[in-house]
Amino acid sequence: MNGDTVDIDLARAWVQAIAAAVDEHKDHLTQLDSAIGDADHGVNMQRGFSAVTTAVADMEPDTVGAVLTKAGTTLISRVGGASGPLFGGTLRAIGTTLDAPTATPGEFATALAAGLDSVRKLGAAAPGDKTMIDAYAPALAAFRHQADTGADFAASALAAADAAEEGMRATTPMQARKGRASYLGTRSIGHQDPGATSTALIFRALAETAAR
Amino acid sequence: MKKFVNAPETVLRDALAGIAAAHPDLTVDAENGVITRAGGTRTGKVALISGGGSGHEPLHGGFVGPGMLDAACPGEVFTSPVPGQMLCAAQSVDSGAGVVFIVKNYTGDVLNFRMAAELAVEEGIVVDTVLVDDDVAVRDSASTAGRRGTGATVFVEKIAGALAERGADLAAVAAMGRRVNASSRSFAVALTACTTPASGRPGFDLPEDEMEVGVGIHGEPGRRRDKLGSAKEVAAMAVDAILGDRPLAAGDETIVMINGLGGTPLIELYVVFHEVAAALADRGVVIARSLVGNYVTSLDMAGVSVTVCKAESDVLSLWDAPVNTPALRWGA
Repeated sequence: MNGDTVDIDLARAWVQAIAAAVDEHKDHLTQLDSAIGDADHGVNMQRGFSAVTTAVADMEPDTVGAVLTKAGTTLISRVGGASGPLFGGTLRAIGTTLDAPTATPGEFATALAAGLDSVRKLGAAAPGDKTMIDAYAPALAAFRHQADTGADFAASALAAADAAEEGMRATTPMQARKGRASYLGTRSIGHQDPGATSTALIFRALAETAAR
Repeated sequence: MKKFVNAPETVLRDALAGIAAAHPDLTVDAENGVITRAGGTRTGKVALISGGGSGHEPLHGGFVGPGMLDAACPGEVFTSPVPGQMLCAAQSVDSGAGVVFIVKNYTGDVLNFRMAAELAVEEGIVVDTVLVDDDVAVRDSASTAGRRGTGATVFVEKIAGALAERGADLAAVAAMGRRVNASSRSFAVALTACTTPASGRPGFDLPEDEMEVGVGIHGEPGRRRDKLGSAKEVAAMAVDAILGDRPLAAGDETIVMINGLGGTPLIELYVVFHEVAAALADRGVVIARSLVGNYVTSLDMAGVSVTVCKAESDVLSLWDAPVNTPALRWGA
């Protein structure tokens, strides 16, 4: 990786960095989920990404997408709940579009957009529903804006991570309209969404990996 | 947290080993996370498969056996199983007549079963899906994930299972499942939160003099918190909520389940049954069959759910048909 492209090693380092971040934050994720869900998000994500680490270490991918598709498939087959299909489906969708050994920031933005499409369709959710989309959509917009204006990959990823965290924080005052938190009605207000929090971790892991 | 576990991470695996040891009529494939009948599926019989997060025992593994389910897929505690489990179950029990997935309306269950159905179809297995969404505590489906699937799951599995046992085809079995679901409504009240082995803490705090009204099967709320009421008041609230959503006429016959959420003694469930029966009798509604006990639990939660299913004579006949599973057994 030379700052202008994503390569296979970076993709692999990214998913390993996500695994490390999820491991570090699993109690926090579970605590957030305990407030408005059913208290298993941290342990589920940890179980999934721990399997991802092994899966991507054992493969010899020939495209950037192969790493991410493998990570997504592993999540779907290991996580369960809503997180498995939503996070796994998103990584798979990102991976499917990156069918070369390297990708430019512009190509990566297109892949991220495919990931957002996937999660929006699968979860039938929109921005403002207090879900992972509230972190993902601004992250994609920030990444694309940077990439379109000629920024390199690291700068684009950094902007995406910052935007994801802002989006994550913005879920706190929202009332949940999807998932288990929706049953709380107005009582879901005042709690940060665990799915948006995991999404922010994923984009922060991308920024940190790209900056190495 | 005080629980009889070895370690939070091994609860499911250890429980599956116990199920295998306790029930020789069941085959437990711990590797793939699938519980099936030891005898396999009779050729030409439609197979019923259900599943969901663990922690709701005896749902679903306790309902595998002649007259009910062919396979169950237990997920981790309160986490839906993964598509691979359901695909493996479908491959194990399909006799060529197709499989019916019985799915509770929770986002994770719906998404994973949908993926599994796509995979099964690719393998040449014919799949129909019955979505259970009986919980009247969740009304406004525009701003929520929709009505949850709770107690009616037992009715759907028993009645559709009996029809499959009689040799009905896939479309008929699935249609019966949908009819039972459409005829059923549930409502639950909790006195305490439950504690998952992974988190080690109760999911929410509930003061000594309050109850959570309209909970789902993980303790997630639907309506509000109230001051703790008497059994009579709780029963009246449940019956009002259920009949307010799906009115019943005097003379209508029903199957009624008073279900414990895991931490409520049977004596309290009978107290509630008495009050529910009285409230229904006031309206002229007939309880033709009943079930009192712990069937769809929420770990150690103190609470009760009430499920009422309007049942015509053909449904009652299917309810009465022989069933031989760890948790439901009669006539066989």
